[in-house]
Amino acid sequence: MKTKALVTILYIVFLLLPIYWLLNMSLKTNEEILSTFSLWPQDLTFANYMVIFTDPSWYNGYINSTIYVVLNTIITLLVALPAAYAFSRYNFMGDKHLFFWLLTNRMAPPAVFALPFFQLYSAVGLFDTHIAVALAHCLFNIPLAVWILEGFMSGVPREIDETAYIDGYSFPRFFTRIFTPMISSGIGVAAFFCFMFSWVELLLARTLTSVDAKSISATMTRTVSASGLDWGVLAAAGILTIIPGILVIYFVRNYIAKGFALGRV
Amino acid sequence: MNKWSDNRAWWLVLPVVLIVAFSAVIPLMTVVNYAFQDTFGNNEFYWAGIEWFQEVLRSDRFHGALGRQFLFSFIILSIEIPLGIAIALAMPKKGLWVPFCLILMALPLLIPWNVVGTIWQIFGRIDIGLLGAALDGLGIEYNYTQNTIDAWVTLIVMDVWHWTSLVVLLCYAGLQSIPDAYYQAARIDGASKWATFRFIQLPKMNRVLLIAVLLRFMDSFMIYTEPFVVTGGGPGNATTFLSIDLVQMAIGQFDLGPAAAMSLVYFLIILLFSWVFFTVMSYLDRAES
Repeated sequence: MKTKALVTILYIVFLLLPIYWLLNMSLKTNEEILSTFSLWPQDLTFANYMVIFTDPSWYNGYINSTIYVVLNTIITLLVALPAAYAFSRYNFMGDKHLFFWLLTNRMAPPAVFALPFFQLYSAVGLFDTHIAVALAHCLFNIPLAVWILEGFMSGVPREIDETAYIDGYSFPRFFTRIFTPMISSGIGVAAFFCFMFSWVELLLARTLTSVDAKSISATMTRTVSASGLDWGVLAAAGILTIIPGILVIYFVRNYIAKGFALGRV
Repeated sequence: MNKWSDNRAWWLVLPVVLIVAFSAVIPLMTVVNYAFQDTFGNNEFYWAGIEWFQEVLRSDRFHGALGRQFLFSFIILSIEIPLGIAIALAMPKKGLWVPFCLILMALPLLIPWNVVGTIWQIFGRIDIGLLGAALDGLGIEYNYTQNTIDAWVTLIVMDVWHWTSLVVLLCYAGLQSIPDAYYQAARIDGASKWATFRFIQLPKMNRVLLIAVLLRFMDSFMIYTEPFVVTGGGPGNATTFLSIDLVQMAIGQFDLGPAAAMSLVYFLIILLFSWVFFTVMSYLDRAES
């Protein structure tokens, strides 16, 4: 029993150490980072965070990222819900092939799509808009959401649909009033994964934006290549990108295990 | 479960098909288009047949990147899967600590990939990073920007740090679904720990394990951001994996033909592997029921 607890604790320490180091650096001045090596900030400062909160080129990155992530989650859920219902309730022509084809898009390397996306969105005049990134991220989020939701919906017995139709519910009314609330935990899990994969993605977000919709991850990589030395601000920016993730995990903590238990990630 | 047969269900799927067609089929067609044509600028294209495919498949550059990619994915899978199982087995089954462990373990999964790169870029530096400084203090020579082995080790440790939790969470969920009665029966039979693992826990986990292997294979095979941030593909091209090579070719040098041909080959390899996994998985499903 002792060794088991030790393994778990060691693993968690291994996970937290690099994050602690980033936090540590974000609270130091650049002089301290480069001159003295210390395990905690000797001269605690929030100047790095102030830089980010006062410089529009930094905080706009966070705003832009949030906008396209939320847009993506909304679009994905709106179209994935009816589709997942169709897959879980009906046999129709080509359903299995369609399902596999959808999943292949989750397997497509974003690098393959970077250039064609750039050309496509430039051609239709969507380059450097939030909606372009949101649509591009649908490529891998829609298949995932359909897959997760289909699993949850299959767990709801079909008799419920039948009873509702006999009681005179129309399909839209049944779907929004009765069915959707029943699978709310599934929707939570799907939204969690959409948020997560859209938030962490860099390549497509960077390729499809330049100024107006530039994401925080793109801002960070460009700063590194340009100045390359402002470690404190870079660390602070990194810490701030972790916070939304922590919030989201906290809200869906009870659903995570359930979502994983269905084996649908 | 029996399903209703109704082709009108297509109307429900239509929005998904339209969006995915816009963001997958059209771009993919563009790639196919470039892969079979040559251009001398001015938007004039000539039929090139399979010339680009021959060029790519014969080039040392592609062979190198493909070899490194397979090696990387293989190492990642052979570390993360056993480690993930071990940690899932070691985790407490119930109690106050469970949500605490789960949240902390899910943390690396939600950090943007470039920040993961940044974290390890800093962590491994000799002058300002804890890991680099510690290794330096122990007298071990370590420099991930100069030394090939060090660069590889850094990337592998980073990926283990980043993704093992996914395997842990999947296996943990699989273990949670085993009823207590199974363990009691095993105890009555006097089964050893190994036998309990081999004949009770492993069979119950094999489905989630397959999903874990599939996901880890796909994602490690498509890795781009983290090595791009940490090593930029270097030293030399020691850590230039397929995606990095592809982006360099397509967006850096604008070699559309070869890049498109390489994209297709790359995509087909992933599809082939995933299809095999998928077939095995549905076979297991059928064997179970």
